[in-house]
Amino acid sequence: MSKYKVNLKINNIAVSVDEGTTILDAARQLNFKIPTLCHHDDLCVAGNCRVCVVEQKGARLLPAACATPVSEGMEIQTNSLKVRQARKHIVELLLSEHNADCTKCFKSGYCELQDMSNDYRIGDHVFLDLVKEKDKQPDISSPSIEKDDSKCIRCQRCVRTCTSLQYVSALAVTHKGNNMRISTFMDKPMNDVVCTNCGQCINRCPTAALTERNYIDEVFDAIYDPKKFVVVQTAPATRVAIGEEFGMEPGTRVTGKMVAALRRLGFDKVLDTDFTADLTIMEEGTELLTRLKEALVDGKEVALPMLTSCSPGWIKFQEHMFPDLLANLSTCKSPQQMFGPLAKTYYAEKVNKNPAEMVVVSIMPCTAKKFEAERPEMRGSGYKDVDYVLTTRELGRMIHQAGIDFEKLEDEKYDTILGESTGAAVIFGATGGVMEAALRTAYEIVTGREVPFANLNIKPIRGMEGVKEASVKIKDVKPEWSFLEGVELNVAIAHGLANAKILMDKIRAGEANHHFIEIMACPSGCIGGGGQPMPTNMEIRKKRAAGIYEEDEAMVIRKSHENPEVAEIYKSFLHEPLGHRSHDLLHTHYYPRKRH
Amino acid sequence: MEKNIKKVDLIFGKVDYMAIVEQSLKRTRDEIILDVIDSGLRGRGGAGFPTGLKWKFAKNEEADQKYVICNADEGEPGTFKDREILTQVPEKVLAGMALCGYCIGASEGYIYLRGEYNFLLPSLHKHIDEFHKKLKALKFDFTIRICSGSGAYVCGEETALMESMEGKRGEPRNKPPFPTSHGYLGKPTSVNNVETLVFALMIAQEGPEKFKEMGTFDSRGSKVFSVSGDTPTPGIFELELGMTLEQFVEEFGDGDTKAVQVGGASGFCVARKDFKSTLIGFEGIPTGGSMMLFNSSRSMYNILNDYLEFMEEESCGQCTPCRVGCQQLLKGIEAVKKGIKPPSYLEDLQKLSDTMRIASKCGLGQSVPNPFNSIIKNFREEIIY
Repeated sequence: MSKYKVNLKINNIAVSVDEGTTILDAARQLNFKIPTLCHHDDLCVAGNCRVCVVEQKGARLLPAACATPVSEGMEIQTNSLKVRQARKHIVELLLSEHNADCTKCFKSGYCELQDMSNDYRIGDHVFLDLVKEKDKQPDISSPSIEKDDSKCIRCQRCVRTCTSLQYVSALAVTHKGNNMRISTFMDKPMNDVVCTNCGQCINRCPTAALTERNYIDEVFDAIYDPKKFVVVQTAPATRVAIGEEFGMEPGTRVTGKMVAALRRLGFDKVLDTDFTADLTIMEEGTELLTRLKEALVDGKEVALPMLTSCSPGWIKFQEHMFPDLLANLSTCKSPQQMFGPLAKTYYAEKVNKNPAEMVVVSIMPCTAKKFEAERPEMRGSGYKDVDYVLTTRELGRMIHQAGIDFEKLEDEKYDTILGESTGAAVIFGATGGVMEAALRTAYEIVTGREVPFANLNIKPIRGMEGVKEASVKIKDVKPEWSFLEGVELNVAIAHGLANAKILMDKIRAGEANHHFIEIMACPSGCIGGGGQPMPTNMEIRKKRAAGIYEEDEAMVIRKSHENPEVAEIYKSFLHEPLGHRSHDLLHTHYYPRKRH
Repeated sequence: MEKNIKKVDLIFGKVDYMAIVEQSLKRTRDEIILDVIDSGLRGRGGAGFPTGLKWKFAKNEEADQKYVICNADEGEPGTFKDREILTQVPEKVLAGMALCGYCIGASEGYIYLRGEYNFLLPSLHKHIDEFHKKLKALKFDFTIRICSGSGAYVCGEETALMESMEGKRGEPRNKPPFPTSHGYLGKPTSVNNVETLVFALMIAQEGPEKFKEMGTFDSRGSKVFSVSGDTPTPGIFELELGMTLEQFVEEFGDGDTKAVQVGGASGFCVARKDFKSTLIGFEGIPTGGSMMLFNSSRSMYNILNDYLEFMEEESCGQCTPCRVGCQQLLKGIEAVKKGIKPPSYLEDLQKLSDTMRIASKCGLGQSVPNPFNSIIKNFREEIIY
């Protein structure tokens, strides 16, 4: 459909844009940046902070550039005296209700309000301080997310994220006027509501009203405790994003530098969550094939489609919203939580360490992983399996604090035993990656041949579409898998919980014909996780995804079942997928949760 | 003083409202809309948008469904005329809605009734049932329902009203798009004040000429006023537009009137010295009907403080200038009164209120400067000392 063109002038320069374009986007086309706070490229228009107001010739009011579509003949000034005065007032007003303790603030240097205040040289506070004393006590009830109302500027980005992108609605606007605030159902603490801990709100909060609970000091304490043996694991998606904390382009692959930095920080061993991602494929792939066999051969009532369980935000979402379908969820723990118990049993034995003196730290793109590590069932080793979870951002902060010049580091390799991984593991970081890795292995187990896609790249399930569906025809199977001959394996992938809900509603209604579904809580998968560097938008996430797939292609081994350390652990410790030890250490169970 | 101000009886006079509807249905929609445009009728809720144009815009939209909404969320402090209209002549309001429905092509109408007026519900439902029967006899398909508000002042703003009707938080929307194209449930909608609808009905009966004869060029016809405060004769009066405030005070004042707040908490405060030069109407100071008279026993500081407390609480809170601006104005005059801030701080606040006027999202924030600036200008000493 061809769109009408609209002609207008911005700062006296003529421009012709598509009908329906906002003044903000039209100005961008002319390289005029209009400041914004409530606007976010991932979210619907709000038009409530008003810092983007501009002057329109002949109009009594200053329209908000983010919320006003262009019209023919419009003449806009983006920086007139009237606009400057209004904008300055608005920033001053926001500061007057903001607890501006910038020197103590975790967000300092990353805060959009701080930037704007600097840009407009807002020095002395003209207006009265309106921050309420009671708001200065942040809500730290959640192990993942800290909510500090005294920093909130009511832009509602978090609310729109929680409602539209994630369909969780843990955060909502409550009260009105001077009492208007962002709160939870009945003002309950964050750990007591439907919050999935996905942290997407943090990624979009312009200030420090929402941040991750940070455990940097605890980790440094452990590192410098001579009695403690501290091992660290790194999730797939961190290695293409941590560079952004040091000014590098999104998607820059810095795995080797990250390993080097972790070693310089003083971790005793630097290991890889990718190893347990490969292990997840073995366990989850076997679980899927077992369920298929039970359904097709034994005629048992088996919960299908099977749903992946790598994303703890997604798991809590399902426990709240779809408790009736928990049987469909794979019993596999997430790779982080498979790593923990193996580190404190198998690995401890190999390196001859007392698990009681071991500290397992994980570096995750995720805030929900902090909650996951705290779940009482995550103590398969007899100890707390994963002691501390840090986000990619927190690791960046640690490296800055330790004075390590990240960019100049020489690449280093992971330590052995739980450090070897494959390309299949690294793609766990992008939406569709777990599915692709599972298919690479399952297809080969069943048929003895590689998946029928060029260079192992299963392109149909890659990309940023919200819900992706594909079918793989299974033919010429090995004799022991004859029941799968000719079966059309239907798979689906959803990322972002609003998309997950679309799929889940279909399953609940019995309208889905899938066998296996991958769901990631965060938009674009872990690369868009709630613990990743800020800012986030689709362009940045696409670059990180590209980095992930480059990393995959650069790996020598690209199929999980070919990981030699995985073969070794099955030979000497676990014996077989879904075996007795696996059951104890690598699998878990879920609990229905209420919505209120 | 009767001779100064002409009292009118268009709104409360009894008429054969079904006959007007029946006659109107025989005319074309364009004819009626042209009459309403020609009459110069402007919205009686306070904002004063030309009613005929609103109907024309809504009529010109193509949609499978359109809506008529009667805005009976009468929340402006000092206004109580809609309550009286709905009590005394509810059938005229219903007929006005049906007329609007016919003109714009809507088969459904809603009365958005202020929560505090729920005591009217039984009587309104009875009238609506009877009206539906009569419409059925005319074979005109139009259904009226009532939606009860929950007490938020901002829900009188038409887009916040529709958000509230849709079950969401009552917060004003971004405009454009306007309700005449994207209104209730995204469909073209005409939102009209209770009084406006009755006037439209009367114009349909009597033609635009009689209406045009009254009032001034910009403010045609008459208007129902809610008179309150320091007056021996509080109440509701339908008066011809175009009088000066001096005439008004002569009629309603107690002989000691020092100021009149025209248009409620979002209106202007006029001091005695300006009574003579101030016209009540769109050329001068428009009002949704609220006229509050204050005599010399009243503290203008307390009055402004009251208004700002009201606004601070009733702002929906979504946009910065209104949410924080109202708090700053209120706390600001308190600080000046207590000597925490110097008197010159009032100028800073006036500049801030100018920003609120042009940068707020909806009419609420945009009109807070009206009482603020006018009271500060006229009664600066009372605020400071």
